[in-house]
Amino acid sequence: MSIAKRAVQLSALSKRFGAVEALQEMTLSVDEGELFGFIGADGAGKTTLLRILATLLLPGGGKAEVSGLDVVDSYRNIRRRIGYMPGRFSLYQDLTVEENLRFFATIFGTTISENYELIRDIYIQLEPFKNRRAGKLSGGMKQKLALCCALVHRPELLLLDEPTTGVDAISRAEFWQMLGRLKEQGITTLVSTPYMDEAALCDRIAFMQEGRLLAVETPSAITTLFRRPLFAIRARQTWQLITWLRSTTEAHSVYAFGRAVHYTAKCPGQTPDELLEALQRQGFTEVEVMRITPGIEDTFMALMESKTGEPDG
Amino acid sequence: MLSFMGFLQKEFYHIFRDRRTAVILFGMPLIQLLLFGFAIRNEIQDVKLGVYDKSRDAVTRAIISKFASSGYFILSREVRSEKEIEDAFSTGSITEALVFEPDFARRLQRDGRAEVQVITDGSNPNLSRIVSGYTAAVLQDFRNSSVQGSGMEAGVVAVPLMLFNPELKSVDLFVPGLMALILMLVSALMTSISITREKESGTMEVLLVSSLRPAGIIIGKVVPYFLLSFINVLTIIAVAALVFGVPCRGSLLLLLLESLLFIVTALSLGIFISSVTSSQQVAMMIALAGLLLPTILLSGFIFPVASMPLPLRMISNIIPAKWYLIIVRGIMLKGAGFSYIWKETLVLVAMSTILIVASIKKFKIRLQ
Repeated sequence: MSIAKRAVQLSALSKRFGAVEALQEMTLSVDEGELFGFIGADGAGKTTLLRILATLLLPGGGKAEVSGLDVVDSYRNIRRRIGYMPGRFSLYQDLTVEENLRFFATIFGTTISENYELIRDIYIQLEPFKNRRAGKLSGGMKQKLALCCALVHRPELLLLDEPTTGVDAISRAEFWQMLGRLKEQGITTLVSTPYMDEAALCDRIAFMQEGRLLAVETPSAITTLFRRPLFAIRARQTWQLITWLRSTTEAHSVYAFGRAVHYTAKCPGQTPDELLEALQRQGFTEVEVMRITPGIEDTFMALMESKTGEPDG
Repeated sequence: MLSFMGFLQKEFYHIFRDRRTAVILFGMPLIQLLLFGFAIRNEIQDVKLGVYDKSRDAVTRAIISKFASSGYFILSREVRSEKEIEDAFSTGSITEALVFEPDFARRLQRDGRAEVQVITDGSNPNLSRIVSGYTAAVLQDFRNSSVQGSGMEAGVVAVPLMLFNPELKSVDLFVPGLMALILMLVSALMTSISITREKESGTMEVLLVSSLRPAGIIIGKVVPYFLLSFINVLTIIAVAALVFGVPCRGSLLLLLLESLLFIVTALSLGIFISSVTSSQQVAMMIALAGLLLPTILLSGFIFPVASMPLPLRMISNIIPAKWYLIIVRGIMLKGAGFSYIWKETLVLVAMSTILIVASIKKFKIRLQ
């Protein structure tokens, strides 16, 4: 029986910047080969966490290990084993696609051809533009190039800080397909994102808020943390619908999801028909009420609301 | 080693692809040298001379031809009256007029002295001073050289004027200063900008998380500018010699070695600046205000250090360019050997060592 080795191990990891607690007592472990996502709004501490793992920041308290190596003592050793893609586009804009890639290969003492297998799928899309300056690429292309550059030395652990922020939907989807393929190659990936739809593509996800972990689970299991009955409500007058629902005393949570409104009540006994009736009485037209199973975003919202890590209800 | 070469190649891409950098690196030195050089030579070369010779004898002709052959004066016209002199000045057709008194040769012979009036345009005091300086020099030359046993020419009297000082206002003086200035600009300014640019664009973050060591990053940043600065030194010396005829009286090898040392000092200053700041803007401000201005004003490039008040004299000691200037002037103009400039050399070595050690200590292997 083989026990999966730990790629990343955090024990009570803390970090503060002045008065701001960027990370508070985070304890977490990620197995080798996992595709692990950190979900949270801006300022949740995702970047700080990834930078500590990339040995770019010192932990304020607690411990962080990468492949069993301490991020403070063994930073040099770790730097050889990881590929890091910062949140901001950090390649040389005045170098061409190929020059950038070749540069990052040589500073890691390798060549493009040596690890071409690993980046082929991604690089094939970039190849037509290989003589174009990186600064002139589209957002999606830039991120693919950055991923190539972070991968070109075949790291054991890939740290990606919001790689799809500001990238169009199609490129985002392609980017995640690539992460899936890297997983097949056995590369552990830690990725942060503000997009909930990307969370479902991870093996496990961690919800983060204000430097704290709200929950760590697989995407399918995390929704079981959501216990109240959830209704999706549509009406012709979406905006008035939200305002009215929020003003009622029975409402527990009201969020807009596209054209629908996701609603939970304080007392769980309410049925869809009762709701429908109440809404029609208020003069809403074309009203639809459906009981739905909560998604990842619903769960995240609920967890954020309660802040305790356990949604009440 | 291979990764280091890759880094170097990248640096050269940066330099040659950024038009501004390329212009500063290659255009600036040449433009400055030519500007400084020609601006000064024009002043002293084409002095338009008007002559009002009331005597017209052998001695006045000899003096006039001395002026004409001096290389600094152009015999612009002969003048026939005092009124004409005034007109010629106001139309700008002459910059200086010489007025020989009547019976010049005879007076010289009889009384042992004869006067030549030197009139310059007081509305341009600088030019006037330089021109009268040259006039005095030419007359002095005449007195010294054309003594034909009689000693009679010693009696030619010009109005006593400011001493002619070729060391203060000639291109010879500017070349060493310009070398210091350009090397400071290229080495210190450009390195500090190029390192802080990596910090600003976030690429330093990626470089740090590579297996490159800090020393590797710094050396990789510095080597291209070291090479380019050295090319600049060669260019300046060559242009100075070929275009302006500035001599290098001492050993050229010594001059080059000392210049390399000064480049190292300037580069370590650049690295130091970039290790204490993280924005290009700040680095540029520090380099310009903290390095270029002192290099121009306090090093002795334009104002002699000896004539500065004591506090400024003390500050000038920490300016590398001051020491480099002493060295270069010593070698180029005085032909000094190493034994005359070892102290200045030692100062530069010490400065570089301190700066390099300080920058390596300050170089951050992390973001904060």
